[in-house]
Amino acid sequence: MRKRSIIPILYIAFLLLPIYWLVAMSFKTTGEILSGFSLFPQTFTLENYRVIFTDPTWYWGYINSIIYVSLNTVISVSVALPAAYAFSRYRFLGDKQLFFWLLTNRMAPAAVFALPFFQLYSSVGLFDTHLAVALAHCLFNIPLAVWILEGFMGGVPKELDETAYVDGYSFPRFFVTIFLPTIKAGVGVAAFFCFMFSWVELLLAKTLTAVAAKPIAATMTKTASSAGYELGLLAAAGTLTIIPGAIVIYFVRNYIAKGFALGRV
Amino acid sequence: MKTENPKAWFFVLPVLLLVAFNALVPIMTVVNYSVQETFGNNVFFWQGLDWFEQILRSDRFHAALGRQFLFTFLILAIEVPLGIIIALSMPRQGFWVPVCLVIMALPMLIPWNVVGAMWNIFTLPEIGLLGYLMNNTLGIPYDMTQNPFAAWVTIITMDVWHWTSLVVLLSYAGLVSIPDAYYQAAKIDGASPWKVFRYIQLPKLKMVLTIAILLRFMDSFNVYTEVFVLTGGGPGNSTTLLSIDLVKIALGQFDLGPAAAMSLIYFAITLLVSWLFYTLMTKDDEQ
Repeated sequence: MRKRSIIPILYIAFLLLPIYWLVAMSFKTTGEILSGFSLFPQTFTLENYRVIFTDPTWYWGYINSIIYVSLNTVISVSVALPAAYAFSRYRFLGDKQLFFWLLTNRMAPAAVFALPFFQLYSSVGLFDTHLAVALAHCLFNIPLAVWILEGFMGGVPKELDETAYVDGYSFPRFFVTIFLPTIKAGVGVAAFFCFMFSWVELLLAKTLTAVAAKPIAATMTKTASSAGYELGLLAAAGTLTIIPGAIVIYFVRNYIAKGFALGRV
Repeated sequence: MKTENPKAWFFVLPVLLLVAFNALVPIMTVVNYSVQETFGNNVFFWQGLDWFEQILRSDRFHAALGRQFLFTFLILAIEVPLGIIIALSMPRQGFWVPVCLVIMALPMLIPWNVVGAMWNIFTLPEIGLLGYLMNNTLGIPYDMTQNPFAAWVTIITMDVWHWTSLVVLLSYAGLVSIPDAYYQAAKIDGASPWKVFRYIQLPKLKMVLTIAILLRFMDSFNVYTEVFVLTGGGPGNSTTLLSIDLVKIALGQFDLGPAAAMSLIYFAITLLVSWLFYTLMTKDDEQ
């Protein structure tokens, strides 16, 4: 092993330590946690997980989160595809300005929008629905999806489109049967990023929901304050929120580096 | 070469409508609040630019803005060089590469309040791993709920933990795209490792680093959830960053007018600095 591998190894150890602590704590009883320090769970318990999987207010939090995140990913990627194609292939009035304006929405602090979003979605009758959160997250996910897809599409030579048209393909048929398969890595990466940012965002998700569509992360904050110091339960719920992310990363592991460069290397 | 095609507007229309629905209506609401005073019951009085003046003159805003800039500066100063160093020392191929990349991406996929809660559990003085090690094994007094300096070290470490991987992954993507021939040429010329970095690797990293710095700037400048869950802005006001102060004013005190004015100033600063970064970093390309 080369000497400089020590740097990534140390970094990965640093990344895993807090995660280990969270997972370890989720297998401890509250009594053990509060009684003092222990590096490993002394009395290994699955009680915390049992509570989560048997209490609807807990497990519905997960289901709600997964519903609005999936909904958002589908909406964001499907509307971003044609737009990214337009930006990568055509010049049109106001294209540069529009592209920049889209990106500025990525810069808006969610804290700024929390209250107006609540009013907006209440007034259109979508408050406390999965659709509300999915649509609200479009604010930052659509610009990102357009940006990523435009990067990947820019790497596809224009001759591909022209040859297809010469061969008599209509635009929709070309787009679905030829173009999409060519950029499927980009679609995967864009979907991954939409999933990621919708999954981790809480402020808007919490503001726009009360009971029916409440995300798991919000259930956690509420339980943490109302049930006092249920650290084990909190740790178990936290551990479970890591799993969907880990599964999704596994699927895009080969594209991850290129994907983070937004297709621009 | 791109072709001129006005019909392309139809392609971007769905995106435009969805984003505009989410962006324009709320921002107009904010603008609306920022120039009015209300005593409840939906009764509003015209206030002009008073709120803006009040915010821009208030010491509280200056203090929060100062903390925000300090936070973002430290984040960029630590994460960017650290990320480059880690990316440079990673192997280019082999079984461990995807494993490393997956583990590195993991912190970014954890919901932000879970990140805060996780670091809270991790740093508790007597029962957290870090807190216990610092206080009982190393003998360094450490309690971030009492000591502002410890709180700052903790929020910075948490952000480094959370986001350095973004810089690593971006830089790594840039580095693997450099053809081997470049390195061979450098070897023949007898170039030092520093020269290889300066004249081969760094130029290739420019584009990805631009993206990394922009994203890190925007996100660290807008950071809210993790820091709020971890410290609640305390001890005292020592870690009350701009967004935390904003939420305190808007939802805690329900001072909608000043909060709205502050939102707009906040957004304007983010836009301005992002634009500055963007033009500075892409200036060379246009020449």
